[in-house]
Amino acid sequence: MSNQNSQSPHIILRVVSKILIPLIALFALYVHFHGDYGPGGGFQAGVIFASAIILYALIFGLEEAKRAVPPSWVRICMSLGVLVYGGTGVATWILGGEFLNFTSFAPDSTHAAGQHWGILAVELGVLFAVTGAMVAIFYAFGSREPDLKDEDW
Amino acid sequence: MAAFFEHFNFVVVIVLMMTGLFVVFATQNMIKKLVGLSVFQTSVFLLYISLSKVSGAQPPIIAKKDLYGASYGTGGGYDSASSSVPDSTYQAAEVLYSNPLPHVLILTAIVVGVATLAIGLALVVRVREVYGTIEDDEINKIDYNINLEGVAK
Amino acid sequence: MGGITPTLFLDMGLLAMLVVVAMAVVRLRSLFAIVMLQGVYSLLSAAWFVSLDAVDVAFTEAAVGAGISTVLMLGAMLLTEREAKPVPLQKQLGPLFVVCIVGLAMFYAVGDMPAFGDALSPANSYVGADYIAATKNEIILPNVVTAVLASYRSFDTFGEVVVVYMAGLGILLLLGLNGNAGKWRAKPNGQNVGDKKGEQS
Repeated sequence: MSNQNSQSPHIILRVVSKILIPLIALFALYVHFHGDYGPGGGFQAGVIFASAIILYALIFGLEEAKRAVPPSWVRICMSLGVLVYGGTGVATWILGGEFLNFTSFAPDSTHAAGQHWGILAVELGVLFAVTGAMVAIFYAFGSREPDLKDEDW
Repeated sequence: MAAFFEHFNFVVVIVLMMTGLFVVFATQNMIKKLVGLSVFQTSVFLLYISLSKVSGAQPPIIAKKDLYGASYGTGGGYDSASSSVPDSTYQAAEVLYSNPLPHVLILTAIVVGVATLAIGLALVVRVREVYGTIEDDEINKIDYNINLEGVAK
Repeated sequence: MGGITPTLFLDMGLLAMLVVVAMAVVRLRSLFAIVMLQGVYSLLSAAWFVSLDAVDVAFTEAAVGAGISTVLMLGAMLLTEREAKPVPLQKQLGPLFVVCIVGLAMFYAVGDMPAFGDALSPANSYVGADYIAATKNEIILPNVVTAVLASYRSFDTFGEVVVVYMAGLGILLLLGLNGNAGKWRAKPNGQNVGDKKGEQS
Protein backbone atom coordinates (compact mmCIF):
# COMPACT_ATOMS: atom_id res chain seq x y z
CA MET A 1 0.00 0.00 0.00
CA SER A 2 3.03 2.26 -0.14
CA ASN A 3 3.59 4.84 -2.84
CA GLN A 4 5.72 3.59 -5.67
CA ASN A 5 7.64 5.67 -8.16
CA SER A 6 7.90 4.98 -11.86
CA GLN A 7 11.08 2.94 -11.37
CA SER A 8 9.22 0.36 -9.36
CA PRO A 9 9.97 -3.29 -10.12
CA HIS A 10 6.28 -4.08 -10.47
CA ILE A 11 6.10 -3.07 -14.13
CA ILE A 12 4.32 -6.25 -15.23
CA LEU A 13 1.75 -5.85 -12.47
CA ARG A 14 1.19 -2.24 -13.46
CA VAL A 15 0.74 -2.97 -17.17
CA VAL A 16 -1.51 -5.98 -16.61
CA SER A 17 -3.64 -4.26 -13.99
CA LYS A 18 -4.09 -1.26 -16.30
CA ILE A 19 -5.78 -3.60 -18.76
CA LEU A 20 -7.63 -5.58 -16.11
CA ILE A 21 -9.15 -2.80 -13.99
CA PRO A 22 -11.57 -1.49 -16.67
CA LEU A 23 -12.55 -5.06 -17.46
CA ILE A 24 -13.23 -5.77 -13.78
CA ALA A 25 -15.39 -2.66 -13.54
CA LEU A 26 -17.23 -3.66 -16.72
CA PHE A 27 -17.74 -7.16 -15.37
CA ALA A 28 -19.22 -5.66 -12.21
CA LEU A 29 -21.77 -3.80 -14.30
CA TYR A 30 -22.52 -6.97 -16.26
CA VAL A 31 -23.06 -8.89 -13.01
CA HIS A 32 -25.34 -6.15 -11.77
CA PHE A 33 -27.56 -5.82 -14.82
CA HIS A 34 -27.54 -9.53 -15.57
CA GLY A 35 -28.50 -10.35 -12.01
CA ASP A 36 -32.13 -10.80 -13.00
CA TYR A 37 -31.28 -13.56 -15.44
CA GLY A 38 -28.34 -15.40 -13.94
CA PRO A 39 -26.25 -15.48 -10.80
CA GLY A 40 -25.37 -12.00 -9.66
CA GLY A 41 -26.93 -8.86 -8.36
CA GLY A 42 -26.14 -5.73 -6.45
CA PHE A 43 -24.09 -7.31 -3.65
CA GLN A 44 -21.74 -9.21 -5.92
CA ALA A 45 -21.45 -6.30 -8.35
CA GLY A 46 -20.69 -3.87 -5.54
CA VAL A 47 -17.96 -6.08 -4.14
CA ILE A 48 -16.41 -6.64 -7.59
CA PHE A 49 -16.49 -2.91 -8.32
CA ALA A 50 -14.86 -2.20 -4.97
CA SER A 51 -12.21 -4.83 -5.70
CA ALA A 52 -11.34 -3.00 -8.94
CA ILE A 53 -10.66 0.16 -6.93
CA ILE A 54 -8.77 -1.83 -4.29
CA LEU A 55 -6.60 -3.42 -6.98
CA TYR A 56 -5.81 0.06 -8.29
CA ALA A 57 -4.86 1.18 -4.81
CA LEU A 58 -2.66 -1.87 -4.22
CA ILE A 59 -0.74 -1.48 -7.49
CA PHE A 60 -0.49 2.30 -7.84
CA GLY A 61 -0.57 3.34 -4.21
CA LEU A 62 -3.32 4.64 -1.97
CA GLU A 63 -2.67 8.30 -2.78
CA GLU A 64 -3.23 7.69 -6.49
CA ALA A 65 -6.42 5.77 -5.74
CA LYS A 66 -7.63 8.62 -3.55
CA ARG A 67 -7.06 11.02 -6.44
CA ALA A 68 -9.04 8.75 -8.79
CA VAL A 69 -11.85 8.03 -6.30
CA PRO A 70 -11.84 10.76 -3.66
CA PRO A 71 -12.90 9.75 -0.13
CA SER A 72 -15.72 12.29 -0.22
CA TRP A 73 -17.23 10.47 -3.22
CA VAL A 74 -17.00 7.23 -1.31
CA ARG A 75 -18.89 8.70 1.62
CA ILE A 76 -21.57 10.12 -0.68
CA CYS A 77 -21.81 6.83 -2.62
CA MET A 78 -22.36 4.92 0.61
CA SER A 79 -25.20 7.18 1.76
CA LEU A 80 -26.66 7.42 -1.74
CA GLY A 81 -27.14 3.68 -1.85
CA VAL A 82 -29.28 3.65 1.28
CA LEU A 83 -31.17 6.70 -0.01
CA VAL A 84 -31.88 5.06 -3.39
CA TYR A 85 -33.15 1.94 -1.66
CA GLY A 86 -35.31 3.85 0.78
CA GLY A 87 -36.37 6.28 -1.94
CA THR A 88 -37.70 3.40 -4.02
CA GLY A 89 -39.89 2.46 -1.08
CA VAL A 90 -41.07 6.04 -0.68
CA ALA A 91 -41.80 6.23 -4.42
CA THR A 92 -44.06 3.20 -4.15
CA TRP A 93 -45.82 4.95 -1.27
CA ILE A 94 -46.36 8.06 -3.37
CA LEU A 95 -47.73 5.93 -6.22
CA GLY A 96 -50.29 4.51 -3.85
CA GLY A 97 -48.86 1.12 -2.98
CA GLU A 98 -47.32 -0.36 0.12
CA PHE A 99 -43.70 0.32 1.07
CA LEU A 100 -41.46 -1.50 -1.44
CA ASN A 101 -44.37 -3.08 -3.30
CA PHE A 102 -43.02 -2.61 -6.81
CA THR A 103 -46.23 -3.53 -8.62
CA SER A 104 -47.42 0.05 -8.18
CA PHE A 105 -44.74 1.23 -10.65
CA ALA A 106 -46.69 -0.38 -13.49
CA PRO A 107 -49.97 -1.75 -12.13
CA ASP A 108 -51.43 -2.61 -15.55
CA SER A 109 -48.42 -4.49 -16.90
CA THR A 110 -49.04 -8.09 -17.91
CA HIS A 111 -45.39 -9.13 -17.64
CA ALA A 112 -44.69 -7.59 -14.22
CA ALA A 113 -42.74 -4.62 -15.57
CA GLY A 114 -43.19 -2.75 -12.29
CA GLN A 115 -41.44 -5.56 -10.41
CA HIS A 116 -38.56 -5.48 -12.90
CA TRP A 117 -38.10 -1.71 -12.55
CA GLY A 118 -38.33 -1.91 -8.79
CA ILE A 119 -35.81 -4.73 -8.53
CA LEU A 120 -33.38 -2.84 -10.77
CA ALA A 121 -33.72 0.34 -8.68
CA VAL A 122 -33.31 -1.50 -5.41
CA GLU A 123 -30.30 -3.42 -6.66
CA LEU A 124 -28.78 -0.13 -7.81
CA GLY A 125 -29.09 1.11 -4.24
CA VAL A 126 -27.41 -2.05 -3.00
CA LEU A 127 -24.62 -1.60 -5.56
CA PHE A 128 -23.91 1.97 -4.40
CA ALA A 129 -24.05 1.14 -0.71
CA VAL A 130 -21.84 -1.95 -0.92
CA THR A 131 -19.27 -0.33 -3.21
CA GLY A 132 -19.09 2.75 -1.02
CA ALA A 133 -18.86 0.81 2.23
CA MET A 134 -16.21 -1.62 1.00
CA VAL A 135 -13.99 1.11 -0.49
CA ALA A 136 -14.44 3.23 2.64
CA ILE A 137 -13.39 0.31 4.84
CA PHE A 138 -10.36 -0.33 2.66
CA TYR A 139 -9.36 3.35 2.68
CA ALA A 140 -9.69 3.46 6.45
CA PHE A 141 -7.43 0.44 6.99
CA GLY A 142 -5.01 1.44 4.24
CA SER A 143 -4.39 5.00 5.39
CA ARG A 144 -3.73 4.09 9.01
CA GLU A 145 -0.05 4.48 9.79
CA PRO A 146 1.47 1.11 10.72
CA ASP A 147 3.92 1.21 13.62
CA LEU A 148 5.72 -1.87 12.36
CA LYS A 149 8.07 -1.27 9.46
CA ASP A 150 8.08 -3.47 6.38
CA GLU A 151 11.58 -4.66 7.28
CA ASP A 152 10.25 -6.33 10.43
CA TRP A 153 8.55 -9.04 8.39
CA MET B 1 -22.95 -46.61 6.85
CA ALA B 2 -25.95 -45.59 4.77
CA ALA B 3 -26.94 -43.28 7.60
CA PHE B 4 -23.57 -41.61 7.33
CA PHE B 5 -23.96 -41.01 3.60
CA GLU B 6 -27.36 -39.48 4.20
CA HIS B 7 -26.02 -37.14 6.87
CA PHE B 8 -22.38 -36.65 5.93
CA ASN B 9 -22.92 -32.92 5.37
CA PHE B 10 -24.08 -32.41 8.96
CA VAL B 11 -21.26 -34.51 10.41
CA VAL B 12 -18.53 -32.61 8.57
CA VAL B 13 -20.13 -29.22 9.11
CA ILE B 14 -20.33 -29.86 12.86
CA VAL B 15 -16.62 -30.75 12.89
CA LEU B 16 -15.85 -27.52 11.01
CA MET B 17 -18.03 -25.45 13.33
CA MET B 18 -16.38 -26.90 16.41
CA THR B 19 -12.95 -26.20 14.92
CA GLY B 20 -13.90 -22.57 14.44
CA LEU B 21 -15.36 -22.38 17.93
CA PHE B 22 -12.20 -23.88 19.41
CA VAL B 23 -10.07 -21.23 17.68
CA VAL B 24 -12.32 -18.51 19.10
CA PHE B 25 -12.13 -19.95 22.63
CA ALA B 26 -8.57 -21.15 22.85
CA THR B 27 -6.42 -18.49 21.19
CA GLN B 28 -5.35 -15.27 22.80
CA ASN B 29 -4.53 -13.44 19.56
CA MET B 30 -7.46 -11.28 18.48
CA ILE B 31 -6.86 -11.54 14.74
CA LYS B 32 -6.72 -15.32 14.99
CA LYS B 33 -9.91 -15.19 17.04
CA LEU B 34 -11.59 -13.27 14.22
CA VAL B 35 -10.35 -15.82 11.67
CA GLY B 36 -11.84 -18.55 13.86
CA LEU B 37 -15.08 -16.62 14.02
CA SER B 38 -15.20 -16.36 10.24
CA VAL B 39 -14.45 -20.10 9.89
CA PHE B 40 -17.36 -20.75 12.26
CA GLN B 41 -19.57 -18.40 10.28
CA THR B 42 -18.72 -19.98 6.94
CA SER B 43 -19.52 -23.39 8.42
CA VAL B 44 -22.97 -22.15 9.40
CA PHE B 45 -23.44 -21.00 5.81
CA LEU B 46 -22.45 -24.48 4.65
CA LEU B 47 -25.06 -25.99 7.00
CA TYR B 48 -27.86 -23.81 5.65
CA ILE B 49 -26.97 -24.29 2.00
CA SER B 50 -26.58 -28.05 2.35
CA LEU B 51 -30.12 -28.13 3.78
CA SER B 52 -31.45 -26.45 0.65
CA LYS B 53 -29.92 -28.99 -1.74
CA VAL B 54 -32.38 -31.20 -3.62
CA SER B 55 -30.93 -34.27 -5.32
CA GLY B 56 -31.00 -34.07 -9.09
CA ALA B 57 -32.23 -30.48 -9.00
CA GLN B 58 -31.01 -27.42 -10.86
CA PRO B 59 -29.91 -24.07 -9.47
CA PRO B 60 -32.97 -21.89 -8.81
CA ILE B 61 -32.83 -20.11 -12.16
CA ILE B 62 -36.06 -20.88 -13.94
CA ALA B 63 -35.87 -22.35 -17.43
CA LYS B 64 -37.12 -20.16 -20.25
CA LYS B 65 -39.94 -22.51 -21.25
CA ASP B 66 -41.17 -22.65 -17.67
CA LEU B 67 -41.21 -18.91 -17.35
CA TYR B 68 -42.63 -17.56 -20.58
CA GLY B 69 -44.42 -20.63 -21.95
CA ALA B 70 -43.27 -22.86 -24.80
CA SER B 71 -44.24 -20.37 -27.49
CA TYR B 72 -42.08 -17.52 -26.23
CA GLY B 73 -38.92 -16.54 -28.12
CA THR B 74 -38.24 -19.76 -29.98
CA GLY B 75 -35.75 -17.98 -32.24
CA GLY B 76 -32.82 -17.26 -29.95
CA GLY B 77 -33.81 -15.70 -26.65
CA TYR B 78 -31.27 -14.18 -24.30
CA ASP B 79 -30.41 -17.43 -22.57
CA SER B 80 -30.76 -20.00 -25.34
CA ALA B 81 -27.00 -20.14 -25.86
CA SER B 82 -26.10 -20.32 -22.17
CA SER B 83 -28.38 -23.26 -21.43
CA SER B 84 -26.51 -26.51 -21.80
CA VAL B 85 -29.62 -28.66 -21.39
CA PRO B 86 -31.50 -29.29 -24.65
CA ASP B 87 -34.93 -27.70 -24.77
CA SER B 88 -36.70 -31.03 -25.13
CA THR B 89 -35.88 -31.98 -21.53
CA TYR B 90 -37.92 -29.04 -20.26
CA GLN B 91 -40.98 -30.23 -22.09
CA ALA B 92 -40.49 -33.87 -21.12
CA ALA B 93 -40.62 -33.44 -17.36
CA GLU B 94 -41.06 -30.78 -14.76
CA VAL B 95 -37.71 -29.34 -13.73
CA LEU B 96 -36.70 -29.60 -10.08
CA TYR B 97 -35.09 -26.57 -8.48
CA SER B 98 -33.14 -26.30 -5.27
CA ASN B 99 -34.74 -24.31 -2.48
CA PRO B 100 -33.94 -20.60 -3.06
CA LEU B 101 -34.87 -19.32 0.40
CA PRO B 102 -31.70 -20.40 2.30
CA HIS B 103 -29.67 -18.98 -0.61
CA VAL B 104 -31.25 -15.58 -0.06
CA LEU B 105 -30.72 -15.70 3.70
CA ILE B 106 -27.08 -16.70 3.35
CA LEU B 107 -26.41 -14.22 0.56
CA THR B 108 -27.34 -11.40 2.89
CA ALA B 109 -25.56 -13.04 5.82
CA ILE B 110 -22.26 -13.18 3.92
CA VAL B 111 -22.25 -9.44 3.22
CA VAL B 112 -23.31 -8.60 6.77
CA GLY B 113 -20.58 -10.99 7.93
CA VAL B 114 -17.84 -9.09 6.14
CA ALA B 115 -19.23 -5.80 7.47
CA THR B 116 -19.11 -7.02 11.07
CA LEU B 117 -15.68 -8.56 10.47
CA ALA B 118 -14.43 -5.16 9.31
CA ILE B 119 -15.79 -3.54 12.48
CA GLY B 120 -14.05 -6.19 14.57
CA LEU B 121 -10.76 -5.63 12.76
CA ALA B 122 -11.04 -1.87 13.24
CA LEU B 123 -11.56 -2.42 16.98
CA VAL B 124 -8.50 -4.69 17.04
CA VAL B 125 -6.44 -2.00 15.31
CA ARG B 126 -7.54 0.58 17.89
CA VAL B 127 -6.81 -1.81 20.75
CA ARG B 128 -3.34 -2.38 19.37
CA GLU B 129 -2.76 1.39 19.13
CA VAL B 130 -3.77 1.93 22.74
CA TYR B 131 -2.36 -1.17 24.44
CA GLY B 132 0.52 -2.03 22.12
CA THR B 133 -0.56 -5.68 21.98
CA ILE B 134 -3.42 -7.77 20.67
CA GLU B 135 -2.96 -10.73 23.00
CA ASP B 136 -5.85 -11.19 25.38
CA ASP B 137 -3.86 -12.13 28.49
CA GLU B 138 -1.43 -9.21 28.13
CA ILE B 139 -4.30 -6.75 27.80
CA ASN B 140 -5.87 -8.23 30.94
CA LYS B 141 -2.54 -7.83 32.77
CA ILE B 142 -2.21 -4.18 31.71
CA ASP B 143 -5.77 -3.47 32.80
CA TYR B 144 -5.12 -5.18 36.13
CA ASN B 145 -1.97 -3.16 36.81
CA ILE B 146 -3.69 0.11 35.94
CA ASN B 147 -6.52 -0.69 38.28
CA LEU B 148 -4.05 -1.45 41.08
CA GLU B 149 -2.27 1.85 40.58
CA GLY B 150 -5.58 3.65 40.55
CA VAL B 151 -6.24 2.28 44.03
CA ALA B 152 -2.75 3.24 45.26
CA LYS B 153 -3.16 6.83 44.16
CA MET C 1 -31.06 -40.30 -1.67
CA GLY C 2 -29.45 -41.24 -4.93
CA GLY C 3 -26.85 -43.53 -3.42
CA ILE C 4 -23.14 -43.13 -4.09
CA THR C 5 -22.56 -40.93 -7.11
CA PRO C 6 -19.54 -39.06 -8.53
CA THR C 7 -20.97 -35.86 -7.06
CA LEU C 8 -20.81 -37.44 -3.63
CA PHE C 9 -17.09 -38.04 -4.06
CA LEU C 10 -16.65 -34.42 -5.15
CA ASP C 11 -18.54 -33.26 -2.06
CA MET C 12 -16.48 -35.54 0.16
CA GLY C 13 -13.24 -34.31 -1.39
CA LEU C 14 -14.15 -30.65 -0.92
CA LEU C 15 -15.28 -31.25 2.66
CA ALA C 16 -12.08 -33.14 3.44
CA MET C 17 -10.05 -30.19 2.17
CA LEU C 18 -12.17 -27.84 4.29
CA VAL C 19 -11.44 -29.92 7.39
CA VAL C 20 -7.70 -29.94 6.62
CA VAL C 21 -7.65 -26.17 6.17
CA ALA C 22 -9.62 -25.61 9.38
CA MET C 23 -7.22 -27.85 11.34
CA ALA C 24 -4.27 -25.96 9.84
CA VAL C 25 -5.80 -22.71 11.10
CA VAL C 26 -5.84 -24.19 14.61
CA ARG C 27 -2.23 -25.35 14.43
CA LEU C 28 -0.54 -22.38 12.75
CA ARG C 29 0.79 -19.31 14.52
CA SER C 30 1.90 -17.09 11.62
CA LEU C 31 -0.95 -14.63 11.16
CA PHE C 32 -0.18 -14.19 7.47
CA ALA C 33 -0.60 -17.93 6.86
CA ILE C 34 -3.79 -18.00 8.95
CA VAL C 35 -5.33 -15.12 7.01
CA MET C 36 -4.45 -16.68 3.67
CA LEU C 37 -5.89 -20.02 4.82
CA GLN C 38 -9.08 -18.24 5.75
CA GLY C 39 -9.26 -17.07 2.12
CA VAL C 40 -8.63 -20.64 0.95
CA TYR C 41 -11.38 -21.84 3.27
CA SER C 42 -13.83 -19.35 1.78
CA LEU C 43 -12.86 -20.32 -1.76
CA LEU C 44 -13.29 -24.03 -1.03
CA SER C 45 -16.68 -23.44 0.52
CA ALA C 46 -17.62 -21.39 -2.56
CA ALA C 47 -16.70 -24.41 -4.68
CA TRP C 48 -18.96 -26.57 -2.55
CA PHE C 49 -21.78 -24.04 -2.86
CA VAL C 50 -21.64 -24.50 -6.64
CA SER C 51 -21.95 -28.24 -6.13
CA LEU C 52 -24.96 -27.55 -3.88
CA ASP C 53 -26.70 -25.52 -6.65
CA ALA C 54 -26.30 -22.24 -4.76
CA VAL C 55 -24.64 -20.30 -7.57
CA ASP C 56 -25.49 -16.86 -6.21
CA VAL C 57 -24.12 -17.70 -2.79
CA ALA C 58 -20.97 -19.18 -4.32
CA PHE C 59 -20.43 -16.00 -6.31
CA THR C 60 -20.83 -13.83 -3.22
CA GLU C 61 -18.66 -16.05 -1.05
CA ALA C 62 -15.88 -16.08 -3.64
CA ALA C 63 -16.00 -12.30 -4.04
CA VAL C 64 -16.53 -11.36 -0.40
CA GLY C 65 -15.04 -14.17 1.66
CA ALA C 66 -12.02 -14.94 -0.46
CA GLY C 67 -11.51 -11.44 -1.85
CA ILE C 68 -12.50 -8.50 0.31
CA SER C 69 -12.27 -10.05 3.77
CA THR C 70 -8.78 -11.43 3.05
CA VAL C 71 -7.64 -7.96 1.95
CA LEU C 72 -9.18 -6.40 5.06
CA MET C 73 -7.56 -8.96 7.35
CA LEU C 74 -4.17 -8.41 5.70
CA GLY C 75 -4.63 -4.66 6.12
CA ALA C 76 -5.47 -5.07 9.80
CA MET C 77 -2.59 -7.51 10.28
CA LEU C 78 -0.19 -4.97 8.80
CA LEU C 79 -1.32 -2.52 11.48
CA THR C 80 -0.98 -4.99 14.34
CA GLU C 81 1.22 -8.07 14.57
CA ARG C 82 2.68 -10.83 12.45
CA GLU C 83 2.75 -13.75 14.86
CA ALA C 84 0.33 -15.13 17.39
CA LYS C 85 1.84 -16.05 20.73
CA PRO C 86 1.67 -19.75 21.59
CA VAL C 87 -1.03 -20.70 24.08
CA PRO C 88 0.02 -23.10 26.86
CA LEU C 89 -1.56 -26.53 26.66
CA GLN C 90 -3.39 -26.36 29.98
CA LYS C 91 -5.18 -23.23 28.78
CA GLN C 92 -6.42 -25.14 25.74
CA LEU C 93 -7.95 -28.01 27.67
CA GLY C 94 -10.94 -26.04 28.96
CA PRO C 95 -11.99 -24.80 25.50
CA LEU C 96 -11.43 -28.31 24.10
CA PHE C 97 -13.76 -29.73 26.74
CA VAL C 98 -16.48 -27.16 26.01
CA VAL C 99 -16.15 -27.68 22.26
CA CYS C 100 -16.39 -31.46 22.66
CA ILE C 101 -19.55 -31.16 24.76
CA VAL C 102 -21.20 -28.80 22.26
CA GLY C 103 -20.13 -31.00 19.35
CA LEU C 104 -21.50 -34.13 21.00
CA ALA C 105 -24.80 -32.37 21.67
CA MET C 106 -25.02 -31.46 18.01
CA PHE C 107 -24.03 -34.96 16.85
CA TYR C 108 -26.86 -36.29 19.01
CA ALA C 109 -29.28 -34.18 16.96
CA VAL C 110 -27.91 -35.25 13.56
CA GLY C 111 -30.10 -38.37 13.43
CA ASP C 112 -33.23 -36.23 13.43
CA MET C 113 -32.11 -34.08 10.51
CA PRO C 114 -33.45 -34.73 6.99
CA ALA C 115 -31.25 -36.72 4.63
CA PHE C 116 -28.90 -34.83 2.32
CA GLY C 117 -30.70 -33.85 -0.88
CA ASP C 118 -34.16 -34.75 0.40
CA ALA C 119 -36.69 -32.91 -1.77
CA LEU C 120 -39.50 -33.46 0.76
CA SER C 121 -37.68 -32.23 3.87
CA PRO C 122 -39.55 -29.56 5.86
CA ALA C 123 -37.04 -26.89 4.84
CA ASN C 124 -37.66 -27.54 1.14
CA SER C 125 -41.39 -28.16 1.20
CA TYR C 126 -43.29 -25.03 2.12
CA VAL C 127 -42.03 -21.51 1.56
CA GLY C 128 -39.15 -22.31 -0.78
CA ALA C 129 -41.36 -24.20 -3.21
CA ASP C 130 -43.99 -21.48 -2.97
CA TYR C 131 -41.44 -18.82 -3.90
CA ILE C 132 -40.45 -20.72 -7.05
CA ALA C 133 -44.08 -21.19 -8.07
CA ALA C 134 -45.02 -17.58 -7.32
CA THR C 135 -41.99 -16.10 -9.09
CA LYS C 136 -43.11 -17.69 -12.36
CA ASN C 137 -46.41 -15.80 -12.21
CA GLU C 138 -45.81 -12.66 -10.16
CA ILE C 139 -42.25 -11.50 -10.83
CA ILE C 140 -41.51 -13.28 -14.15
CA LEU C 141 -37.76 -13.25 -13.65
CA PRO C 142 -35.54 -16.28 -14.29
CA ASN C 143 -33.40 -15.85 -11.17
CA VAL C 144 -35.57 -16.75 -8.20
CA VAL C 145 -32.89 -15.71 -5.72
CA THR C 146 -32.89 -12.14 -7.07
CA ALA C 147 -36.68 -12.09 -7.10
CA VAL C 148 -36.92 -13.22 -3.47
CA LEU C 149 -34.03 -11.02 -2.35
CA ALA C 150 -35.19 -7.79 -3.96
CA SER C 151 -38.95 -8.14 -4.09
CA TYR C 152 -40.45 -10.65 -1.67
CA ARG C 153 -37.92 -10.02 1.09
CA SER C 154 -37.20 -6.42 0.20
CA PHE C 155 -37.52 -5.24 3.80
CA ASP C 156 -34.91 -7.75 4.84
CA THR C 157 -32.51 -6.53 2.19
CA PHE C 158 -33.19 -2.91 3.11
CA GLY C 159 -32.24 -3.62 6.70
CA GLU C 160 -29.15 -5.37 5.48
CA VAL C 161 -28.06 -2.48 3.27
CA VAL C 162 -28.43 -0.27 6.33
CA VAL C 163 -26.25 -2.71 8.28
CA VAL C 164 -23.52 -2.48 5.63
CA TYR C 165 -23.85 1.32 5.69
CA MET C 166 -23.61 1.39 9.48
CA ALA C 167 -20.53 -0.83 9.35
CA GLY C 168 -18.90 1.62 6.94
CA LEU C 169 -19.91 4.48 9.23
CA GLY C 170 -18.53 2.68 12.27
CA ILE C 171 -15.21 2.14 10.54
CA LEU C 172 -15.07 5.82 9.62
CA LEU C 173 -15.66 6.73 13.26
CA LEU C 174 -13.07 4.25 14.53
CA LEU C 175 -10.31 4.79 11.98
CA GLY C 176 -11.32 7.64 9.67
CA LEU C 177 -11.21 7.75 5.88
CA ASN C 178 -7.74 9.28 5.93
CA GLY C 179 -6.55 7.27 8.89
CA ASN C 180 -6.76 10.23 11.24
CA ALA C 181 -9.74 9.47 13.47
CA GLY C 182 -9.39 8.64 17.14
CA LYS C 183 -5.86 9.91 17.66
CA TRP C 184 -6.59 10.38 21.37
CA ARG C 185 -5.21 7.79 23.75
CA ALA C 186 -6.86 6.40 26.82
CA LYS C 187 -5.04 7.76 29.89
CA PRO C 188 -6.40 6.41 33.13
CA ASN C 189 -4.40 7.85 36.08
CA GLY C 190 -2.77 10.22 33.61
CA GLN C 191 -0.70 7.44 32.13
CA ASN C 192 -0.74 5.88 28.68
CA VAL C 193 -2.18 2.41 28.86
CA GLY C 194 0.35 0.70 26.63
CA ASP C 195 3.46 2.29 28.17
CA LYS C 196 5.65 0.97 30.94
CA LYS C 197 5.22 2.46 34.39
CA GLY C 198 6.64 5.95 34.77
CA GLU C 199 7.03 6.66 31.04
CA GLN C 200 4.63 9.51 30.60
CA SER C 201 4.20 10.88 27.13
